[in-house]
Amino acid sequence: MVRFENVGLRYGMGPEVLRDITFSIEPQSFQFLTGPSGAGKTTLLRLILPALKPTRGLINLFGHDVAGIEKDTLTALRRRMGVVFQDFRLLEHLTTYENVALPLRVQGRDETSYRAEVIELLRWVGLGERMHVMPPVLSGGEKQRAAIARALIAQPQLLLADEPTGNVDPTLARRLLRLFVELNKAGTAIVIATHDIALMDQFDGARRLVLGDGRLHVYD
Amino acid sequence: MERVDWCSETGGSMSMISAWRDRLHDWANRMPRLVQQPWMTRLPWVVRSEEDPARHGQQPLVPAASIAGRALVTVIAIMTFLAGLTAGAAQLVSEASAGWRSSVAREVTIQVRPAPARDVDADVARAVSLSRATPGVTAVRAYTRAESERLLEPWLGTGLNFDELPVPRIIVLQIDPERRPDFGALRRSLADTVRGATLDDHRLWIDRLGTMANTLVLLGIGIMILVLAATGLAVVFATRGAMAGNREIVEVLHFVGASDDYIAREFQKHFLRLGMRGGAIGGACAAVFFLGAGALAATVVATPGGTQIQALFGTIDLGGGGYLAIAAIASVVAGLTAIVSRLTVRRTLLELG
Repeated sequence: MVRFENVGLRYGMGPEVLRDITFSIEPQSFQFLTGPSGAGKTTLLRLILPALKPTRGLINLFGHDVAGIEKDTLTALRRRMGVVFQDFRLLEHLTTYENVALPLRVQGRDETSYRAEVIELLRWVGLGERMHVMPPVLSGGEKQRAAIARALIAQPQLLLADEPTGNVDPTLARRLLRLFVELNKAGTAIVIATHDIALMDQFDGARRLVLGDGRLHVYD
Repeated sequence: MERVDWCSETGGSMSMISAWRDRLHDWANRMPRLVQQPWMTRLPWVVRSEEDPARHGQQPLVPAASIAGRALVTVIAIMTFLAGLTAGAAQLVSEASAGWRSSVAREVTIQVRPAPARDVDADVARAVSLSRATPGVTAVRAYTRAESERLLEPWLGTGLNFDELPVPRIIVLQIDPERRPDFGALRRSLADTVRGATLDDHRLWIDRLGTMANTLVLLGIGIMILVLAATGLAVVFATRGAMAGNREIVEVLHFVGASDDYIAREFQKHFLRLGMRGGAIGGACAAVFFLGAGALAATVVATPGGTQIQALFGTIDLGGGGYLAIAAIASVVAGLTAIVSRLTVRRTLLELG
């Protein structure tokens, strides 16, 4: 599904922030991407998206080498991925409902064709009563759940989540983790970037990808 | 009547908002016909039941209200107003010129100069009879000597004795515009039979008026092209500004799987709305200007100045065609805004890519 081979990344003429990254993400797999703050977890997720181009190495997404990828192919690949940003990135002029429905809307689907499933998902993440309010009115946890719902609504094959439990209490964090595990059982490969050891300890079946000093260590 | 649930989306100042909500609710339920209007469902503070499709209406992905957007609407309105004024003025001049040319072309004049040892009255009579016999001439009127002398009074003054002056005699011929006479043949016949007679078919004046009118119309078209070009450039800058201001939205749209074409369409819709609003305001102002100018000209038509204006431009009335032209300009400006913004977005996205 995702394959990195000797990937390196540097910003400008600076030192390499990521070096010789080699790993793969298999379908229906579950992995935590961890490491200290500033280790490059978000950068690695951005390389998978791909929102960044590596300075060296090979990245293969769903069988496509990203080096010479066409725009249309990239769009199609992104539709197979869901992403939860650390800072949520909800569009503030849209309601929670519209934010969550966004991945389906940009596919050109008619609003009536997905209304029921968006409402159902919003209720499932506990935002059934907040679907018509704007993001500025939502609490941090509600924004987090809205961002997760947006990432899930199109039933992606790969879910990338950057600190998805960073703004929620431990109870909600456990609930969200259960949500990710259920999704994984349903066939979605999951990558959760976190430095929350307690969260990772709650799910022993996950691979751990540990970033440190720009290198990646994989613990199966 | 279906009950409408009113509420605020802000969540702040709840007591005041709920008081207002109750008042609005009460008011709405007293006016069943009003709340059933489709436009009411689009009001931002109206929240309907979950099953109501209007509740899930889709907001534009590019935020509609912004200071830059309002500034662009103002620029587009001003540009459309100027383009509408130019088009209207060019049309007025063109119509006035066509009127002048038509009037001038409907008559020609024969000048019979007095010559020594010739009876000028007999020459005039021969020219008149020759003219009457020419096909295409509908009426012939020879000015008497007194009338010819009166024509000179504005330049030479009154009370003069014209006896010593060789005042030429004028014969005015009315022409059938559908069946114009053969002026070459008439000119030759006059030269053969009436010595000193010349035929003036006013072609020189007609050509000059035509050239002047065409120049003014071309000038108007040139100004309109410049105005449209300036509008296009303003839209390019505004679009780039909007792209920069909404960079995060563009990025999120990309990450959730929006294609460049989809994003360009969203920006195009946004700018089409701005273009239509600006075009409508500018076009309406131009139409109101011409209506006002026409009404003002009608009030001063009895004054000397008004008479001069009317003689020069006719009545200041664009007619249906003129107002349609202004509407067409407003539509072109809106369309141009949409197309330019789409091209700019595509180009910017390529650069970002």
